[in-house]
Amino acid sequence: MSTRATTESPIMRAVLITVALVFLGFFLLLPLLAVFSEALREGAGPFLDALHTPDALAAIRLTLLIAAISVPLNMVFGIAASWAITKFQFPGKALLITLIDLPFSVSPVVSGLIFVLLFGANGLFGAWLAEHDLKIIFAVPGIVLATVFITFPFVARELIPLMLEQGKDDEEAAISLGASGWQTFWHVTLPNIRWGLLYGVLLCNARAMGEFGAVSVVSGHIRGETNTMPLHVEILYNEYDFVGAFAVASLLALLALVTLVAKTVLEWRFGLHAGARH
Amino acid sequence: MIHLRGITKRFGDYPALHGIDLDVAPGEFIALLGPSGSGKTTLLRIIAGLEFQDSGTVLLGGDDVSRTPVADRHVGFVFQHYALFRHMTVADNVAFGLSVRRGKGRLPKAARRARAEELLRLVQLEGLGPRYPGQLSGGQRQRVALARALAIEPRLLLLDEPFGALDAKVRKDLRRWLRDLHKAMGLTSIFVTHDQEEALELADRVVVMNQGRIEQVGAPDAVYMNPETPFVSHFVGETNRLPAPGGEIHFRPHEITLAADGAEALLVDNVFRKGAVWRAEGLLEGSGQFVELDLPSSGDAPQLGQTIRFHPHRARMFNAAGDHTQGETR
Amino acid sequence: MLPGFGLSFGFTLAWLTLIVLIPLATIFLKAAGLGWAEFVEVGFSERAMAAYQLSFGTAAAAGLVNVVFGLVVAWVLVRYDFPGKQVVSALVDLPFALPTAVAGIALTALYAPQGWIGQFLEPLGIKVAFTWIGITIALVFIGLPFVVRSVEPVLADLGRDVEEAAATLGATRWQTFTQVIFPAIGPALLTGFALAFARGVGEYGSVIFISGNMPGRTEIAPLLIVTQLEQYAYAGATAIAVVMMLASFAVLLLINLIQAASRRRMGA
Repeated sequence: MSTRATTESPIMRAVLITVALVFLGFFLLLPLLAVFSEALREGAGPFLDALHTPDALAAIRLTLLIAAISVPLNMVFGIAASWAITKFQFPGKALLITLIDLPFSVSPVVSGLIFVLLFGANGLFGAWLAEHDLKIIFAVPGIVLATVFITFPFVARELIPLMLEQGKDDEEAAISLGASGWQTFWHVTLPNIRWGLLYGVLLCNARAMGEFGAVSVVSGHIRGETNTMPLHVEILYNEYDFVGAFAVASLLALLALVTLVAKTVLEWRFGLHAGARH
Repeated sequence: MIHLRGITKRFGDYPALHGIDLDVAPGEFIALLGPSGSGKTTLLRIIAGLEFQDSGTVLLGGDDVSRTPVADRHVGFVFQHYALFRHMTVADNVAFGLSVRRGKGRLPKAARRARAEELLRLVQLEGLGPRYPGQLSGGQRQRVALARALAIEPRLLLLDEPFGALDAKVRKDLRRWLRDLHKAMGLTSIFVTHDQEEALELADRVVVMNQGRIEQVGAPDAVYMNPETPFVSHFVGETNRLPAPGGEIHFRPHEITLAADGAEALLVDNVFRKGAVWRAEGLLEGSGQFVELDLPSSGDAPQLGQTIRFHPHRARMFNAAGDHTQGETR
Repeated sequence: MLPGFGLSFGFTLAWLTLIVLIPLATIFLKAAGLGWAEFVEVGFSERAMAAYQLSFGTAAAAGLVNVVFGLVVAWVLVRYDFPGKQVVSALVDLPFALPTAVAGIALTALYAPQGWIGQFLEPLGIKVAFTWIGITIALVFIGLPFVVRSVEPVLADLGRDVEEAAATLGATRWQTFTQVIFPAIGPALLTGFALAFARGVGEYGSVIFISGNMPGRTEIAPLLIVTQLEQYAYAGATAIAVVMMLASFAVLLLINLIQAASRRRMGA
């Protein structure tokens, strides 16, 4: 039975659903399909060969290394920041939250640039670093720094609303029962926030492995040394090695799909929500 | 005014209404009373046109509006949570029904403003027109919702749990005020409630509903004093039940006479003051049935452990099928 | 009082200062060191102006496209049931999860003159790749989830009773949409637009493959920064970065102010 005044007619519904699906099909699904299709354009052999080159393997290793360093760093930061923000009252809290979010509103390229200005050859600390034979820009530490900056808000962003919602009754109960601060954290807080934490870590990791702009500026694109997977995709693409480029890209696309599935599962099972900002 | 014939409605596998027949006269104030899931809100929404019945007809002032969409029914509806437009001022909320009107019935802007002011005066919210709903109290919002519904000069006013979201004091004031307004404006109104006290206090007639059926329709006094089904007896007012051969005897806590030779004996295990009377609760000797009695509080409070002998002086007998067999007076 | 305030707050502040505040401050310090004349010269050069125009213009165009289609997508996801809805809903976040470089080469594969879609547009005289249209398409891809995810919760929260109230007062479905629903979700749409716009202005990875990167024509501002860096023109890179950041912050600030004002006005 149609109730004209409180919902759309079946025709209107069908039109709207079609518009939404066609739009999403063109803008989201087709690009995703294109990645895998282009990667397998010449069959599985060339696809696997492209992934088996020393440069590709080095890029994969470096990407995993970068994520393995920057994700835990941001995880610890995210937990500390959300503990301070949600369990205590202090002046300037809103400002602190805004500052934590700041990297979201900075262009990836600018995120790389700031570290070049600090640690590059002509940077603020450039001369001092050269004197002591330390290399940050065009080396792994620079890539880590840029990645940490880019993914800085992810974990805190997920944990703050979750911990606000949970309040601090549980922790206060534990303390009143004689638990120490650390015991309370390990046995009460962490179990309460673990799925939210995992959710934040998941999104943080996806971005850490996939970051392009910021890393591109600080890496120097040295093959086999400072090339992450997204940078390797660019190099291969610019050399017209499309199968190679799309093969590496398809690994990253798979990572994105796994992230989406895991994220969706967490949302279903634990009612978690991502904010609109990532 | 309204004639409902054989209204049925299913939501998927769930039957919400089984063949409802109801007639409402012009100027009546009707309460649809029942527990949640009884179908009372569904029935109200069908009358409004917010839902459509699966079968049956809705006659409104002689017109068959069974398939008329809500926007064309000209029925005022006050929602439980007010459903005010948060981004509009109070005055714009009230004038909304006038401003969306098209064709020759459309009033010029100045006339719409004047009408909104007039309605705000009527609901005693004069001068609050430029405010936003977010700046008003719950009771004030409810009155805005009412003014907004009245703005379209509805032939019928429907209210869904109109006092449900308000605190007790405000609710009481608003109840009396609504009753007066209904009379003064000569409205025909139907409201939904699960609060029997509210239904008995406000309505000309109470429609008691249960599981998609009408159990009883009658004046508040009739429904309270002469419930026709065990459900009504139980749902409207407090009732004690005694098993009897072939059925149950129902009586109100106050429908008793204390007597040394009373047929029943209550072993008191809780006593408290309930307004003007003492309320004594406990189990009956013999049957072990739980019973509540009201005793005049001019006397001493009953003692815990005391045995009170009494007999119901007025009671109703329902047979096992739930039919009312007789109203007996002893 | 729970323990750990000193430790957690101290660590938060120290790490924030070290990773975010000091590096960001550097760029403003550096820009200040340029002096006004030089800053204007490199920050507002003809090439830089063209890049800003392109970046802000395409980000705005993509934001508008996303406001329209993002609203439709959010509407359909919140209001209707259809097979595969959960998958579609998960797919909306793809641009958040897919590395931008991957999106960039995939979009180029689609819209290049010989690409899946490009081959059909080419005979019609429509050039997408290596024009501003291609850049806009990449930014539509990047910005879509911002709009959908901003609008969705507000739309879901908007009680059906409000729409029913409008209907009982005689409003048609269209009047209900334009006068009741749209004003209620307007702030969320604006937020979504602002987030998508800010992201679009700074976007790099998904754009550079499809844009063609011709100075003055299809060179976006972030790419110009990279080009300047590669030529060791730190002053230029810094000035352009500062202009972009200030513009983005201004947009976000403006939108926050508008929202705060409307919230205050409505007393919520």
